[in-house]
Amino acid sequence: MDLAFSNDDLAFRDEVHTFVKAHLPADIAESVRRGRPIAKADIQRWQLILYNRGWAAPGWPVEFGGTGWNATQRYIFDEVMAEFDTPETIPFGLLMVGPLIYTFGTDAQKERFLPKILNGKEWWCQGYSEPGSGSDLASLQTKAVLTGDHYLVNGTKTWNSSAHIADWTFCLVRTSSEGKQQEGISFLLIDMNTPGIEPKPIISIDGAHHLNMTYYTDVKVPVANRIGEENKGWTYAKFLLGHERNSITEVGLSKQRVRRLKSIAEEERTGGKTLLDEPDFAGKLADAEIALTTLEYLSLRFLAEEAAGRPIGAEASMLKIRGTEIRQQLTELTIEALGYYAAPFEMEQMSDRWNEPSIGPDYAAAQMPQYLFSRAATIYGGSNEIQRNIIAKMVLGL
Amino acid sequence: MDFSLSEEQQLLKDSVQRFVREEYELESRRKLVATDIGYSEDNWAKMAELGWLALPLPEEYGGIGGGAVDTMVLMEEFGRGLVVEPYMSSVIIGGGFLMAGGSEKHKTELLPKLGAGELKLAFGYAERQSRFDLNDVECKAEKSGDGYILNGHKGVVFHAATADKIIVSARTSGGSRDADGITLFLVDNNCNGLSRRDYPTVDGLRASELELDGVAVGADAVLGAVGGGAALMEEVVGQAIAAICAESVGCMDVLQETTNEYLKTRVQFGVPLSKFQVLQHRMVDMFMECEQARSMCYMVTLKIGDEDPVERAKAVSAAKVQIGNSGRYVGQQSVQLHGGMGMTDELHVGHYFKRLTMIDTMFGNKDHHLKRYADL
Ligand SMILES: Cc1cc2nc3c(=O)[nH]c(=O)nc-3n(C[C@H](O)[C@H](O)[C@H](O)COP(=O)(O)OP(=O)(O)OC[C@H]3O[C@@H](n4cnc5c(N)ncnc54)[C@H](O)[C@@H]3O)c2cc1C
Ligand SMILES: Cc1cc2nc3c(=O)[nH]c(=O)nc-3n(C[C@H](O)[C@H](O)[C@H](O)COP(=O)(O)OP(=O)(O)OC[C@H]3O[C@@H](n4cnc5c(N)ncnc54)[C@H](O)[C@@H]3O)c2cc1C
Repeated sequence: MDLAFSNDDLAFRDEVHTFVKAHLPADIAESVRRGRPIAKADIQRWQLILYNRGWAAPGWPVEFGGTGWNATQRYIFDEVMAEFDTPETIPFGLLMVGPLIYTFGTDAQKERFLPKILNGKEWWCQGYSEPGSGSDLASLQTKAVLTGDHYLVNGTKTWNSSAHIADWTFCLVRTSSEGKQQEGISFLLIDMNTPGIEPKPIISIDGAHHLNMTYYTDVKVPVANRIGEENKGWTYAKFLLGHERNSITEVGLSKQRVRRLKSIAEEERTGGKTLLDEPDFAGKLADAEIALTTLEYLSLRFLAEEAAGRPIGAEASMLKIRGTEIRQQLTELTIEALGYYAAPFEMEQMSDRWNEPSIGPDYAAAQMPQYLFSRAATIYGGSNEIQRNIIAKMVLGL
Repeated sequence: MDFSLSEEQQLLKDSVQRFVREEYELESRRKLVATDIGYSEDNWAKMAELGWLALPLPEEYGGIGGGAVDTMVLMEEFGRGLVVEPYMSSVIIGGGFLMAGGSEKHKTELLPKLGAGELKLAFGYAERQSRFDLNDVECKAEKSGDGYILNGHKGVVFHAATADKIIVSARTSGGSRDADGITLFLVDNNCNGLSRRDYPTVDGLRASELELDGVAVGADAVLGAVGGGAALMEEVVGQAIAAICAESVGCMDVLQETTNEYLKTRVQFGVPLSKFQVLQHRMVDMFMECEQARSMCYMVTLKIGDEDPVERAKAVSAAKVQIGNSGRYVGQQSVQLHGGMGMTDELHVGHYFKRLTMIDTMFGNKDHHLKRYADL
């Protein structure tokens, strides 16, 4: 056991630090600092900066355009990214379908899709859930019928994050109704511009449009866009859910939140002093920070296991559970810090085109929407109830 | 000991329920929230007609002379409907101040109008630095001739835009957090020197930032004793807290009932969600939170008229803490158990969750009242 960084690690740390400091666009950092939603174009701009430096995909192997970093280097990189107001990585391409394609895809698929995931030119969305199939994903009904060299897809997907601004979707479809539900599912990559695909907005409780219900009517998908074998889609989906659970840990994002919350608590006043000097509040903030440190070390242990070639199993569900609970703890504490200024809810204030002075302090506007949306974190990516079921069954043998 | 409603109270309950059923279907509420003023003047007139605006006001000033239990009955049903009309600001708080601190002239002139729906009031007390401390007042009132000149800022003043008069706390003497030296003023909404910035709030209400820049008022604008505003605020805000506890119980009941129903109808893994024991236990906990909240709501309602200010303050803070705990749990878990559906603006669940979130903040959150209780 050893926590110390080598001289090489420290030099690497400096290198990343210097780079981010010099290249993170100030306007993007400002939006992140304020907690505003970050526009697609801005996320792409930052992704391209990392791409040009060769750092687009810290977790990918070198041969597919990744960095090939070891566990320590990845940790250092994440740590530095969290130290600055860098935008969060959109998971669908880089963290989800990318690893799936380089693990199970054909050479043609790798060539076609990976470069544009790396440089951020193409955006992906996830087409798993359906109105009748949420936690019970394997019951999904969207049908794909093989006709010649393409599938004809019909059905309804829902809760599709970013489907309205995505170029491609990775989709689970039913190709067989024989045998076990899980054994009749295939994994397709679908161009969102194909005729017959219609995303309809779902407005969420934060008042924003993140989600969509997507209708598929006679959508033609080339067989060449299937990942792996027909009816083996569930295996690939499970591989990918594992990745999603890891990425949902969001240690870096939560560190940024802790930092922001501290600066808010330094501004807010109560009884003539700052909220940060108020023992009850300071205690709750410390509690959240300690929970985050605990999560960080939990995830470092898993990372080290993986790096040593011992892939982690269902234990990863712990990271998803704690990561999302801590995110909610922090967003809740943040609106608590604002007192009455959690109440004003002017959607236009969230836009970077908003030129009027803010209502109350300038950091206030985005916090309530962030709190409200964070309630979804314990629902998506396999709800926390489902994650606990998984640990009970797979880890504890219950 | 008796926790049952009288015949008249039961009739009141039925009539508010009918109103909520007829006027407060989620789609109608959504339309109201999106209008310029954010509520319906027709509803307000209807409330006047039904005698609700006069409910807590004394009979000698055209009121009904109802008590705390009547207000509780009404507010609980308003909570069930997520009613957005400015009843709390205007009748409970505004009326409360007029009754507790108004001069005979204020009462004879204003209370009948308030009860008839011809006058609306709002209350501006919070400031940027004050957080939940009613006595942290920097807004200044300086004597000028017979009257006063007011300068300062008031934040997040609910329903200020549609109020005819705004009750403002300002300092006539003392240091910025002293209890002594705060005076309450009735300020005309359209007076010179008062500027407002109006905005919607997360729970579908309206609020405003107020700037008072040399607002001149006469001596007759003072409510209660000069410098004696703290005690007045404590009394009236206590009544407002009792009322908001009842509202919150109404919100929680709706969430508990709907979530229970949802679990019985939503099928996953071939069975209704209600078959999963973790979810059953979650529902049991939600149900228990509702019942505990209701118990504390009764407690504070029955004690709000207590002679002893310490008893009263303890009851108020204790109830507010329990309501905060319960509302948080019931709100968050209702969203969680509805899965993706709970996250949509389309379903009513999220709207109740948002109102419960703000109810915890209103008039001091859980931490504030824990501390206040411990210090009493
Ligand atoms: C903001 C957001 C973004 C999303 N993004 C995407 C996306 O991009 N692509 C996509 O495909 N999907 C997405 N989803 C969908 C998400 O994966 C589902 O919402 C989730 O799987 C839960 O399904 P459900 O909503 O149908 O809830 P249900 O499955 O109906 O669950 C309702 C409640 O019951 C609980 N429950 C269900 N089964 C059990 C059980 N066996 N034991 C105990 N408790 C149980 C759940 O935990 C939940 O609390 C998103 C959802 C949200 C809210
Ligand atoms: C101090 C003490 C005094 C007692 N006094 C008396 C007495 O005077 N007279 C008398 O008759 N008995 C008495 N009992 C016995 C008591 O009623 C039993 O201990 C109790 O009913 C639990 O039974 P068990 O110990 O067999 O545990 P089990 O029934 O084996 O339960 C073990 C655990 O599993 C949980 N569990 C069991 N079934 C379920 C389920 N369906 N769903 C979820 N969780 C479940 C339980 O809650 C418990 O946590 C006493 C026990 C104690 C500890």
